Amino acid sequence: MISFSQVTKRYPGGLEALRGVTLAIAAGEMVFITGHSGAGKTTLLKLMAVIERPTSGSVVVNGQNVGALRPRAVPFLRRKLGLIFQDQKLLFDRTAFDNVMLPLAVTGFERREAARRVRAALDKVGLLAKEKVYPVRLSGGEQQRLAIARAIVHRPAILLADEPTGNLDTAYAAGIGDLFRSFNQVGVTVVIATHDEAFAARLKPRLIHLKEGRVAGQPTIRGAA
Amino acid sequence: MKTWLWHQVDAFTTTGGRVARTPVSTLLNVGVIGVALALPVGLYVAVVNVQSLTRSLASDPQLSVFLALDAGAADVKRIETRLRQHPTVREARYVPRDQALKELKASTGLADVVDSLPGNPLPDAFVVLPRNAAPQALEKLRNEVRGWPKVTHVQLDAEWARRLEAGLRAALLAVWLLATLFAFALVAVTFNTIRLQILTRREEIEVSKLIGATDSFIRRPFLYFGALQGLAGGLAAWAIIWVGVQLLNGALADLSRLYAAQVELQHLDPEDSGSLLVFSAALGWFGSWLSVNRHLARIEPR
Repeated sequence: MISFSQVTKRYPGGLEALRGVTLAIAAGEMVFITGHSGAGKTTLLKLMAVIERPTSGSVVVNGQNVGALRPRAVPFLRRKLGLIFQDQKLLFDRTAFDNVMLPLAVTGFERREAARRVRAALDKVGLLAKEKVYPVRLSGGEQQRLAIARAIVHRPAILLADEPTGNLDTAYAAGIGDLFRSFNQVGVTVVIATHDEAFAARLKPRLIHLKEGRVAGQPTIRGAA
Repeated sequence: MKTWLWHQVDAFTTTGGRVARTPVSTLLNVGVIGVALALPVGLYVAVVNVQSLTRSLASDPQLSVFLALDAGAADVKRIETRLRQHPTVREARYVPRDQALKELKASTGLADVVDSLPGNPLPDAFVVLPRNAAPQALEKLRNEVRGWPKVTHVQLDAEWARRLEAGLRAALLAVWLLATLFAFALVAVTFNTIRLQILTRREEIEVSKLIGATDSFIRRPFLYFGALQGLAGGLAAWAIIWVGVQLLNGALADLSRLYAAQVELQHLDPEDSGSLLVFSAALGWFGSWLSVNRHLARIEPR
């Protein structure tokens, strides 16, 4: 489903976030990317979602080499992904319902069917009663769950989450972990970047540990990229 | 097709929402565009009105042929025959000098002055209606008749109208120059409005891009907004002109009564009104298209 081969990402200014990363994630897998902040977890996810492009090496998502994807084709790849961000990126001038509606609106979904799906997604994350509420009036955990509802409403094949439990307490994090587990059980490929080892350990997923831009345990080849 | 239609409807609702959220600034923009468009359009209406007035006055061009004061009855007879037999003359009416004096007395209220004159200063004259009203034909006829014996002066009565017409053509050119300038202003106003909108919606655009919105999806509400604002500006300009003409007609009604003549300004005709609206909407669309193309590419999610 997702494969990296000898991927290096160097940001303007010289910072090397990833150095020769090679990894493969199969369809239906649940993978946690762990490591300290600055280890390259976020960059890894950004490359999968074509928010960044690799400096060298190739990133293949869903059979497409995303490093060489034309800008025009990027939106169509992103529609197959569900993205959950560290800072959630909710729109505060719209209700919970409208926030979740967004991914369906951009694809021009038929309205009644779209509304039905939005309610199903809100129900899944336990926010159905708050569909008319604006995000400001939701708690941090509720905002995170709203972001999750928005990421799954269009039934993506791949779910990418960056620090989904960022500033939530343990009990709340467990609930969110269970949500991801349930998506994975219906066949969604789930990739979660987190530094929260306890959160990761509880779900017993496959772990990919990043250290200073390299996959830990992997032999380091100097100047490979 | 259905998807496409939903997209259009969605974009419209979004646009409507944006207008509703910033009513004052939208209204001011529409006002600015309206005033800017009203200037060239107003001038155009003025030119068109003067033009139709001169056309109605000069529709029947005629030549006045004045004879020498010492021309006798034989001369008059001879010239009359020549005129009647001339191939390009449709009609020639003889105006004897005594009758001309009488008419002058009656129509201009100069009776006292005329009475005080020692003799009749007016010559015998013919009013000639040509078969062909084209300026060149008239010119030719005038030059020919001018050379006949006992003819002192031939006047082309429509000449002033033709000069005015030429002047109006220049005025019309000025209208177009002005319209071009103000069209540029309209594009600039829209460009800036949309730029500000894009900046305030940065977050929304970013999120939309992240969840797979195509550029045309993001662009659409802005384009609609530009076109609608342009259209509203065009409507405002039309309303300004309509009210202006209406007010002037009110004032002219008094004037008409005093002079016992029918003087009334024409409103913008439906065809020109349609062009104005289409034109302003298209320019608004164009302005926002420029702006969106320039600013949207710079917003990439990080």
